[in-house]
Amino acid sequence: MSGNEALAEAAIVAGVDAYFGYPITPQNEVPEYMSRRMPEEGRVFVQSESELAAINMVFGASAAGARAMTSSSSPGISLMQEGISYLATAKLPAVIVNIMRGGPGLGNIGPSQSDYFQATRGGGHGDYRTITLAPSSVQELADLVQCSFDLADKYRTPVMVLGDGVLGQMMEPVVMQRHANTPPQKPWALTGRGRNEDGTANGKKLRPQNIVKSLHLGDGVLEGITLELQATYKQIEQKEIRYEEYLLDDAELVVAAYGVMARICRVAIQQARAKGLRVGLFRPITLWPFPSAILRQHAQEAHAVLTVEMSYGQMLDDVRLAVGDVAPVEFYGRAGGVIPTVEEVLEQIERQAAQAKE
Amino acid sequence: MAGKIDIDKERCKGCGLCVEACPQGLIRIAAASNRMGYFFAEPCGTGCTGCAICALMCPDLAIEVYRDGGQVQAAPQTPPSKLIKEPS
Amino acid sequence: MRNVFTRTASMKDTTTHYCPGCGHGVVHRLVAEAVDELGLAERTIGIAPVGCAVLAYNYMDLDMVEVAHGRAPAVATGMKRFRPDAIVFSYQGDGDLASIGAGEILHAAHRGEHITVIFVNNAIYGMTTGQMAPTTLLGQVTTTSQNGRNAETEGYPMCVAEVLAVLPGTIYVERCSLHDAAHTRKTKQAITHAFELQRDNAPGLALVEVLSPCPTQWRLKPKQAMQWVRDEMVKTFPLGKIKG
Repeated sequence: MSGNEALAEAAIVAGVDAYFGYPITPQNEVPEYMSRRMPEEGRVFVQSESELAAINMVFGASAAGARAMTSSSSPGISLMQEGISYLATAKLPAVIVNIMRGGPGLGNIGPSQSDYFQATRGGGHGDYRTITLAPSSVQELADLVQCSFDLADKYRTPVMVLGDGVLGQMMEPVVMQRHANTPPQKPWALTGRGRNEDGTANGKKLRPQNIVKSLHLGDGVLEGITLELQATYKQIEQKEIRYEEYLLDDAELVVAAYGVMARICRVAIQQARAKGLRVGLFRPITLWPFPSAILRQHAQEAHAVLTVEMSYGQMLDDVRLAVGDVAPVEFYGRAGGVIPTVEEVLEQIERQAAQAKE
Repeated sequence: MAGKIDIDKERCKGCGLCVEACPQGLIRIAAASNRMGYFFAEPCGTGCTGCAICALMCPDLAIEVYRDGGQVQAAPQTPPSKLIKEPS
Repeated sequence: MRNVFTRTASMKDTTTHYCPGCGHGVVHRLVAEAVDELGLAERTIGIAPVGCAVLAYNYMDLDMVEVAHGRAPAVATGMKRFRPDAIVFSYQGDGDLASIGAGEILHAAHRGEHITVIFVNNAIYGMTTGQMAPTTLLGQVTTTSQNGRNAETEGYPMCVAEVLAVLPGTIYVERCSLHDAAHTRKTKQAITHAFELQRDNAPGLALVEVLSPCPTQWRLKPKQAMQWVRDEMVKTFPLGKIKG
């Protein structure tokens, strides 16, 4: 399946109740696929009038207790930032998929990794974090989409899955098996005071009203809410870090890369190994929470870290924060919809190896 | 047909819409103010019919209206299909 | 004596933060009365706007959600599509619905979402202390139209009800007013009808626009503000059933 279709089907397999989205290249296949499959499954699909509307439809469905999802690409995700900030503060679960394209502005429709900052540093207003998952294969994209619904429900927070134009379009075999959990009970959901979550009447007595909101005006109240959010983020940092290590045991150079870039780096690393260079790959899968501690450990054992991205250095900031002065951190990247080739990466690895010798 | 209103002086904000609305001029703004500093409305005079126009216009649910005899008008808990017609 | 007027169950027993003479207190009450009289409280979900009525959930004892400015119709769409048995209503002011939310209401109406929209039009931005709204009248002085609204630079007041009535997806559109008891009763009838339609699964969006006073930002006393609604607003915003 193509990445876009696989991520859509994975969401259906995971039990997504409602999908709202707007066309934008390179993820048009997602709303198209959903427009056919969701009604087949008796679930909700709406092509919204904009990405702004889409994220708010997600907000509404989620507030009513649904597993809700949207997808878009970079400029559309910019439009959703307000909605994500509101979702985070209102403690609403939601899954947002960004199939990144070249930017900034209207950019182009090539792949990029230039939305790392947007995903992990906000990009909406206020003190919140967004769990950010970065797959590097179609199978992993499908698996992480399923996982994202569980994470969203478990922590009552929006989760972003960060793909890119290549991942969305490429065709790979996928095993589509449900491993997402059944959603938890949601006593906070808006159902009407006399209704249960499944829509049945709950008897004569009306339960107290449920309010879903993000405005907290009373003295100290907002601080209290944000402290709760921070506590949740601490838990997520402790329990949900995911990463992959490849040939790092004896590595002198750690290549740090994620998503499709990591696949390219892996091939370059194999070629470098064939030339006798001791290099390995550290691939964060959660970009937030970033696997800082383990990266720092590897950096300590190696001599340098080379960050490779399809951007001008966004994950680079997190790598630098993690590594500190334990090892030098170098960078190679290209943006604007351009994918660095295996040859380019290999050249960078060899250059690093040569520098290390001096 | 006799009527009566109670105005909760602490809920009242002294907007005066009830004073304006009463067809018989039986509400006035008091000389005293409530905890919030509003000069609240109070019933005055006699002859209230319990028409409830004051309560209809009140933005603050500050007025309760009572009536004996006569036709029930907009009693909020009663669906329109169950309106009771009583002899006046 | 019998109690013939009392607080309905879906209004909380509390004072509101609204200014003396503000229309929100009345419209909240009329919505709550309609919901209660139709026996719908148990499955009603309301959406509060950004604006003075952002705290509507502190006054209406229903499941409620507060959403980003203008987005209520999109949120309502998400809710109603997922919970078609719920009675979903949005409650919005003129900034929320006619300005920043213009796209959302247009498309919810265009799609014919089975929701009820209560639009409180007071021709000004109340919460933010008195700027021009899309519904501000020509010549009306506000903090951002200090020489009076000029059509050439600020455009004409927006007649939302008429604009939305054109769309096949709207099933009922009526404009009402609060300026006296008779008109307030008509407002209640219209609001009740807009909820009945959703209760009966009518295929479309029902919108009631209510002309409402904002004494504070209009710099008028409550009585004068009601007169201004009657004498000025109604000239620009004709009352009556526009569709349905």
